[in-house]
Amino acid sequence: MNNILIIIPAYNEEESLPGVLEDLRSHVPGADILVVDDGSRDRTMAVARQVGVNVASLPYNLGIGGAMQTGFQYARNNGYEIAIQFDGDGQHMAAEVGELLDPLRQGRADIVVGSRFLKRGDYRPSFFRKVGIWIFSTVLSAILGIPVTDTTSGFRAVNRRVIEFFARSYPEDYPEVESLVLLHRAGMTIAEAPVRMRDRTGGRSSITPIRSAYYMIKVLLAVFVDLMKK
Amino acid sequence: MDIVKVLAIAGSATVLFLVLELIRRGRLKERYSLLWLFSGTVMLILSLSRGLLEYIARQVGIFYPPSLLFLVAFIFLLLITLHFSAVISGLSEKNKRLAQEIALLRQALDEVKRSSGVQGGEPAERA
Repeated sequence: MNNILIIIPAYNEEESLPGVLEDLRSHVPGADILVVDDGSRDRTMAVARQVGVNVASLPYNLGIGGAMQTGFQYARNNGYEIAIQFDGDGQHMAAEVGELLDPLRQGRADIVVGSRFLKRGDYRPSFFRKVGIWIFSTVLSAILGIPVTDTTSGFRAVNRRVIEFFARSYPEDYPEVESLVLLHRAGMTIAEAPVRMRDRTGGRSSITPIRSAYYMIKVLLAVFVDLMKK
Repeated sequence: MDIVKVLAIAGSATVLFLVLELIRRGRLKERYSLLWLFSGTVMLILSLSRGLLEYIARQVGIFYPPSLLFLVAFIFLLLITLHFSAVISGLSEKNKRLAQEIALLRQALDEVKRSSGVQGGEPAERA
């Protein structure tokens, strides 16, 4: 068994999952993979099994937060030292995993978030998205006390301390943004690493432009609630 | 005896009776009925004792004493629904933990089946 676990939360990702798994196997051969099937109605579970990776299949759809937490519980129970969150939609690139691991291994951070915006890349967000991203990163940077550029990035790596923390408590609704606030309050060190990302290869983003504003308000509210929690 | 008083007594007595009956039949857990019992009792006392109702109404500046009954009932309903929201939150957290545990157990079961080469090592399908 390896000491690195890659957690792939997947909800109806039968199209993109095989490519993602192949990508990971060729670029990160030294890591175990766990697909958390979040109550998919398509053949996500079967597709993952065919490739031969471990699958934890939830009996109903919990949402990304509950699914990721399942992965962290698996990592905790099986003694993994490092857990990597990797999307099942093909957006993330396995070749970039190393960028996340270096700061963790050097002990410079407890969590490393892959940021699309630290490197000149192909990612060109729409205008509204750009505004949202700017607001998020301004607010989050103020709260965390360090500059963060890509707050909604779901490409991240965490060490054992954070695995244990997340296995116990992980936010449900907007986990990417909220988890950073929770970790900061728990005294963990957060770092960003520049990574490239692709446009989605299959499926549909959960955030459509129309819902962006609504989404943003809800996330900011959730963040402020997190700040008031004991 | 005026009609408001009769209605108020009948109303609060019915609530109390229904709650007690549900508890007796095991349809309502005691834990979730305390607030109901308490509010039913308070409403019944206020309905029975005109003097007490009028005294409290005067103290808080309510001119028509029976409106105090509405106010009290409203506050109790608010408390009860709030209590339920808290209970539901607790339940959904427990439900999530169970779902996660099931997913992890299924995974462990698959692994055991695979390594022991059980005949027809079918993956644990979702119900």
